[in-house]
This record gives sequence, C-alpha cells and structure tokens, in this order.
Amino acid sequence: MSYIGKPKVAHPKMPRNDLGLTARDYEGTVSTLCAGCGHDSVTAAIVQAVFELNIEPHMLAKMSGIGCSSKTPAYFVSGAHGFNSVHGRMPSVTTGANAANRELMYIGVSGDGDSLSIGAGQFVHAIRRNLNMCYIIENNGVYGLTKGQFSASADIGSMPKKGEANQQEPIDPVSTALALGATYIARSFSGDKEQLVPLIQGALLHDGFSLVDIISPCVTFNDHEGSTKSYAHTRQFYHHVIDADYIAPAEEIKAAYEKGSAMAVELHGGSKIALRKVDDQYDSTSRASAFKYLRERFNAGEITTGLLYMDDSRQEMHDLMGNTKTPMCQLPLETLNPGADELKKILNRYR
Amino acid sequence: MATVNDVVVKIATVNGTGSASANGLLMKSIFRMGIPVVGKNYFPSNIQGLPTWYEIRVTGDGYQSRSDRVDIMVAMNAQTYASDLADVSSGGWLLYDSTWPRHKLLDRDDVTILGVPLSRMCNESFDGARARILMKNIAYVGVVAALLDIDLQIITTLLEETFSDKQHLVDSNMQAIRLGYDYASENFVCPLPSKVEAMDGTADHIVIDGNTAAGLGCMYAGATVGAWYPITPSTSLMDSFRSFCQQYRVDKETGERTYCIIQAEDELAAIGMVLGAAWNGARSFTPTSGPGISLMSEFIGFAYYAEIPAVIFNVQRTGPSTGMPTRTQQSDILSCAYASHGDTRQVLLFPKDPSECFEMAQSAFDYAERLQTPVIVMSDLDIGMNDWMVPDFEFDENKVRDRGKVLTAEQLEEMEKFHRYLDVDGDGIPYRTLPGVHPKGSYFTRGSGHTRYGAYTEDSAAYQDVVDRLLVKWETARTMLPDAQIEVSKFNKAGLLTIGSGHGACIEARDRLAAQEINLNYCRVRAFPFSEAVQEFIEQHEVVYVVEQNRDAQLRSLMLLDIGAEPSKLVSLLHYNGMPLNAGFVVDKVLEEVAKGRAA
Repeated sequence: MSYIGKPKVAHPKMPRNDLGLTARDYEGTVSTLCAGCGHDSVTAAIVQAVFELNIEPHMLAKMSGIGCSSKTPAYFVSGAHGFNSVHGRMPSVTTGANAANRELMYIGVSGDGDSLSIGAGQFVHAIRRNLNMCYIIENNGVYGLTKGQFSASADIGSMPKKGEANQQEPIDPVSTALALGATYIARSFSGDKEQLVPLIQGALLHDGFSLVDIISPCVTFNDHEGSTKSYAHTRQFYHHVIDADYIAPAEEIKAAYEKGSAMAVELHGGSKIALRKVDDQYDSTSRASAFKYLRERFNAGEITTGLLYMDDSRQEMHDLMGNTKTPMCQLPLETLNPGADELKKILNRYR
Repeated sequence: MATVNDVVVKIATVNGTGSASANGLLMKSIFRMGIPVVGKNYFPSNIQGLPTWYEIRVTGDGYQSRSDRVDIMVAMNAQTYASDLADVSSGGWLLYDSTWPRHKLLDRDDVTILGVPLSRMCNESFDGARARILMKNIAYVGVVAALLDIDLQIITTLLEETFSDKQHLVDSNMQAIRLGYDYASENFVCPLPSKVEAMDGTADHIVIDGNTAAGLGCMYAGATVGAWYPITPSTSLMDSFRSFCQQYRVDKETGERTYCIIQAEDELAAIGMVLGAAWNGARSFTPTSGPGISLMSEFIGFAYYAEIPAVIFNVQRTGPSTGMPTRTQQSDILSCAYASHGDTRQVLLFPKDPSECFEMAQSAFDYAERLQTPVIVMSDLDIGMNDWMVPDFEFDENKVRDRGKVLTAEQLEEMEKFHRYLDVDGDGIPYRTLPGVHPKGSYFTRGSGHTRYGAYTEDSAAYQDVVDRLLVKWETARTMLPDAQIEVSKFNKAGLLTIGSGHGACIEARDRLAAQEINLNYCRVRAFPFSEAVQEFIEQHEVVYVVEQNRDAQLRSLMLLDIGAEPSKLVSLLHYNGMPLNAGFVVDKVLEEVAKGRAA
C-alpha cells in the first residue's frame, strides 16, 4: 500500500465540480500495484465518478478487506475516511458503520478472493440485508499477492500461468447477487471507463445494495493466452446488453435514445439513471429472465455487461428496521436512557 | 435437622414441561417473605425431554452461592429418581409423585420419603394433557409451600401479577396449588422441622439474572448498535437489550427506533459490525461465549492495533470446543486476555453478580471509548442465566459518561493537521476523529503496520514506535480500571483471591473457615490489567489461595505474566466440573492445604 503522496497541483484550467474541487482532489496516494493492473483503471473510474457526483470527500467512507483490490482505497479520494479491515470481512464492518451513520456514502472495494472465498458468507448477507452501499468486486480470477493461485471465479478450463487448467465451477458474483435479491447489479470491464463510470455513479446513489462486478485483469498472473480473465479474452467476448447514463438532478434526459429503448430510474437526491438497451431481448427488471439470459450467454462463452438488474422498490436496511433518520452515532447519550426514576419502576418487575 | 430459613430445595423435572415457571414462583414467594434466596438452574442443552434441576437455597444469612446440601428433593423425573435420591443429604426429605408404584429398593433409611399422588389429583381436576402436565408442576409448589410454611397469600399475589388480566389462569393455578397444599397438610406433619419464617432480609433487593442486568446496562449506557450471533448462554443478554429498547427506544409518535440490533451471520460478522459502528462513534457491543470469542479473535486483534473501541460480553461456558454449553466455567481468561495473533493484550472486566453486570455494562463503554480498545466483560453462565438476589441498581443521571478523546469539528477546524496515532498527552492514548465530522479529520484505518501519523509503514523503527506506545496505554489502563475488592487484617498470613462468580462461595468459605480459627484475607480481582493493589496483596502474604473455575489455573498464569507474581506464593484451588462454585469446595481445599503445612 502506498504512502507516497501525490502533489496536489492542478492546472488552473482543470474543470471544477460544484464544490470547487478538481479531479485531482479526488485522487489518493500513488498506486503500488503492477504497471497495467486493471485495478488502477477502476481507481481512475471511481475518481471520475465521485468527482462528477460532487461528493464531499469526508462524507465518503472507503471500506475494504485484504488483497490487491483491497489496497486500492488508499489510491483514491485521500480526503475520505478509509477502513482497511481484515480478509473477507469488509461487508460486516460496512454493515456496522452504516448502522451507526446512515448519512455517509459507503464504497467497498473487494476482490474475487476476498468476496467469493474467504468472505463469501459476509458478501451474501450484506445483500440479504440490502445494505446501502456500493460494493465493487475487482474480479481477476486469481490471487495476486500470494502469486497466482486460482480464485473461486476462475472459469472451467482457464489456464494458470503454470500448471493445470481449472476444473471447478466458477462462482459468478452477478448471478449469485441476482439469486439473493440484490437490488442493483452491474458488470463491467476495467478497460471500459465509458461504461463503468455511470455504473459506479448509479451504484453510489442507489438506496440499497449495489454490486458492480468488474473484470479487472491481473497483468502479472492471469493475462496470458488460455486465461479467461485476460485483457484479450475479455475484449473479445465482452457483450454490452444494457448501458446506463447518469443524469444529474438538474439535467433532463436528452433525446439521444431511440424511442422505447431508454428507461429512467430515480436515484437518491433527485438524480436519475437512464438505461439504454443494447440488446432488445434483455429485460433488466425480471430476475428470472435476467438469470436465464446471463446463463445462456455465459454458456456461449460471453461476458454480459451493463446494468443487469435493478429494483428500487425494496427498502434498504435502516428503513426495513424502521430506524430513525438521525445517524445513531449522533444521538446524544443522555437521550438514550429513561432515567433513574424509570429504573426504579423497571426494578419493581424483579421483586 | 431443624432449621429456620436455612434449607435447600432441589427440584428434578423434565425440561420443556413448564417447570421453570413453577420453580420461579416458589423462589419468588420465599423472596417476598423477606428471606434471602439463591436460585440455580441446571439444565440440558436441549429443547424438551431431558432432565433438568432447579435448586432453591433459602439463606437467612444472605449467602450468594449454591449450597453443597439438598434438604428437600422434589423428584418429579423418574429417569433420574435413583440419583436424585442419592443426592439428598442425610436427614432430608424426598417428595415424589406416588400415582405410580415405586420400587421398594429405591429407599434410604436416612431420608424421609413423602409420596403425593400429583398426577392422579391433576388428572381428576384438569382437562387436556398439556394442562395436566403444567398443573402437576404447579401442584408440587403447593406441597412445598405446606412443607416449608410458605405464605399462600403471597403465592396468590404473585400469580395475580403474572396473569394480570386472566383471572381464570390465576384460579386454575391456585386450584393446583391447593391440591398439593391440602394433601400435604392432611397427610404429613406440616411444616417440616426445616422451614421458612418471614423476615426482613430482602428490602431494596431484586432477583435478577446477569444477562438481563447487562442488557439493561447497555440500554442505560446509550448503546445504539448491538450485533450478535445466538449462542448459549449469552443469548438472553440481547433479548434483554431488545425488550428494554422496544419499551424505551421507540419514538411514541413516529415509531422510529433509536437502536439497531443486527443478528449477524456468525460471530466474525458480529464483531466486524461492532467495530464498524464504533469506528463511526456509536456505542456498540456484542454478547457471545467461548466459541464466539475464538471466531472473533482476528478482529479483536485488529481493534487492539487500529485502536477501535468495542464492548464484548463473554458469558463463559464450559469448554474446550463445544464443551458443555449449559454449564458454567471461567475458562476463557487467557484466550480473552491475549485474544488474536501477534502481541496483543485485551482489557477484561470481571463482574461478580448481576449488579456488577449492570454497572460494568455501562462502564465498559466508558473504558472502551477512553482507551480506544476492546473491553471484554467476563461474565459466565452462573451469573448470566441464574437468578441472583442483589441490591437495587442505581443510576446517576448527573454522571457524565466518558466518550474519550474524540475531536469535534471546531477542534479540528483550529488544528493545522490531525495525526491519528500521535501520543499528544503522554498517556499512550491518541486522539481520534469520527468520519463525516470535518474534512481535516479524515484518516485511513488499517490493521497493517502504521506510523504514529497513521501512514502505512514497513519501517522497523516507525512500526516499533507505535507498538511500544500501546504499552504506555496499557499502563494507563491499569490505573483506570475498577480496583480489586480487598479485605485485609494485618494478623493474617494467607489470602484468598478470586474473580467473578467465585465471590459468593469465597465469602461464605471465609466465614466457615474463620469458625475453625482459619482467618484469610480477601482479594477479588475486578479487572485485567491487574492493579497495583493486587500486586501488593500478593506481596503482603505468605500464601495466596487462588480460586478459579478452570482446569489450567488461567488466572494464576495471568498474574505471573502481567505482574510477575511470585509463583511459589500462588496456590491454585481449581473447580471446573461445570457446576457453580460452592463454599464447601473452597473450605475443603483450604483445609487440605493447611493440613500439608501451608500458612493460614
């Protein structure tokens, strides 16, 4: 993890957002990942997404576990609070953090090892609670820091750098999330910033659990011929079915879409996300048909991308529980007990 | 054997038959007569059909531990009849259901057998299988009431309070009580020579279990986030917190809650949630037991190193592994004191009874927030799930609770730069900020090596600087935590030292030993790290008998490690069979040591 700060020098003509900040203000320390790592592209996409959304850096909480992906919160938005927790446990820390302060915006960055192996239990339960967070999986099918073992997302037949092909079924985070009832599910590719940025923006603003599964190749251990998570393979079999555009509260949906192909969905704070169908066959509001489509394309060897499912009818965790709108951590302690006289009444039950 | 207000009644039943309410009724009625009582429940890890016992010790002297005798056995379980008969102290009584014939071999010359046709009477008076079973249990309450001379009016009042709006239930229960009471009065010489007499020994006292008290304490402490995974014997702590919150933390108009209870997927997640919430400034806690502590250990170490407050209740049960989940022990002392890999030390509090569970549930949050570290409240099954008679809890509304060194937006505004792990005050405790409060407060929390400024490091000196500073904080903790309860006479050469639920038995053992001219000083440790007073206590004595409820002398080992106590002075008296400690054990063990020539 880097501790080399970047100089905060911005060209005077660099564009500024509504807070008067430039994109440079949303960067972090210098990445220490390998040159060409997909994760650095995801970091750049997050920087752009957060900059464009005019998020106050200190109102953003960056959560992670352990692994290459989990290092990346140090590389974006240095003015945000970061919590680099233990392996596979980012979801529980985020759940507790959100329980205490529902006003912050939570972005969790995880990997396929962190979320689909050691942290599979926590990943699925965060979905089940409809925890209000943006959950990014930087998915490369391989363990980088321990030098190249397959992860649970490796495809059958995918070749490692050395040794034998993977024979076990992959765990696909998108179809897992779909089965569990996640309310915002997207998949993209680290090499497609144009598609990725609005998907992250929608995920940050969605009220509930948002998954963005990002194929993010590992240049050192999984970018060779025979790997199904390489840049070349991903580019070749990459298939957009439904893209999204972020529309700020004041903007109107531009009429650039073909009639009937665009659908706008309200997000938190009055902004919208417009869904653009690339494949007419795809229905992003039906879990059953989305699941069928995804499996069929998967069997054909394709990687289906876009905003694959969205449901804005389900309440997020706090609203499901009926919790106060005030963050729990801001409730004054003295208001949280009924006092000495009431204690006497309580004790009378035990005589 | 003729005694007044000094009698032990043990009731053997089958779990899942409603005997718990009958036993509670019996205990409460004695308490209402002003007589101190102790209730102990020995139950199986099972829902229905296995043997269970409830022991009521009537103790006019006000002792708090279980007794080593059984004066009256209510043998309602044929499965355990033979062993229950064997348990009765010589000169005692055994009450059984004489509806069915009993084998003549199952008699003892020194025990008076009292047969009452409970099933027959209840079958004649009540309809339905379930009602007959329940009423049979209520009927033995009537028999015991006659045998001990318990005031029937008090029983009536208790039933009226329990079934406030259901008069028919009061009537049917009283009918069953009468069946037993009248039968005993007509067929036996009532009361027995061992009986109860109203006194004034329970004023300003309550009967409560430790988990209920701790849950109430969490509510009064202002805890807002509780995350947990159900595990015996800690589960009722969260049940208690929930029920008090439902009453006091739901806005009457909007229905909005000011508490958030999350049933986690496992203990790893439960502690992760607690840390996330505490990082954001909420008072958060988790109740668990030994296996849960094992699972939480990685995160507990994280919290130690990243300096995040957390309150953990460990309601200890019998280990190792699954062990005996419904039996008690103090066998997680070492695993909690050094929870997690690497150099870690955790703050422990040792409540002695439900009263201290209420107090420590509150102070644990103060210590956790002041010290920015996990605090583990080391309760146990005996404290957590048994009924204890304790003085009324008190709550000081004017006490300002300690939230520790948390910088406000105003303070941050005036600072040039905030550094998370800098020891500004020299007490080893740095300042912290809460996310979202001020742009200058942002920092990166990590379990990886970090510098005093909060930056990642692999530099040896910068790493060591932080872990050495944590030792300074440890010494600060030593001076802050609740001090030991110490009773010393300068004439005594030997001391008795214990923790937690060992207190009641040790106090009683001291009295009994004093009657034999063996006088022991006393030290009850209340926190780890150990205070100077504990160290002095050990130094002052030729020998210190360390009474603890585990096989491996964990408390003794911890004293060698933490305060360098002289090993030859610390003599272990170890009780670890899963039953609560009793005074007889301590007395016998001390006498054995004295017979070997040890100081007393």
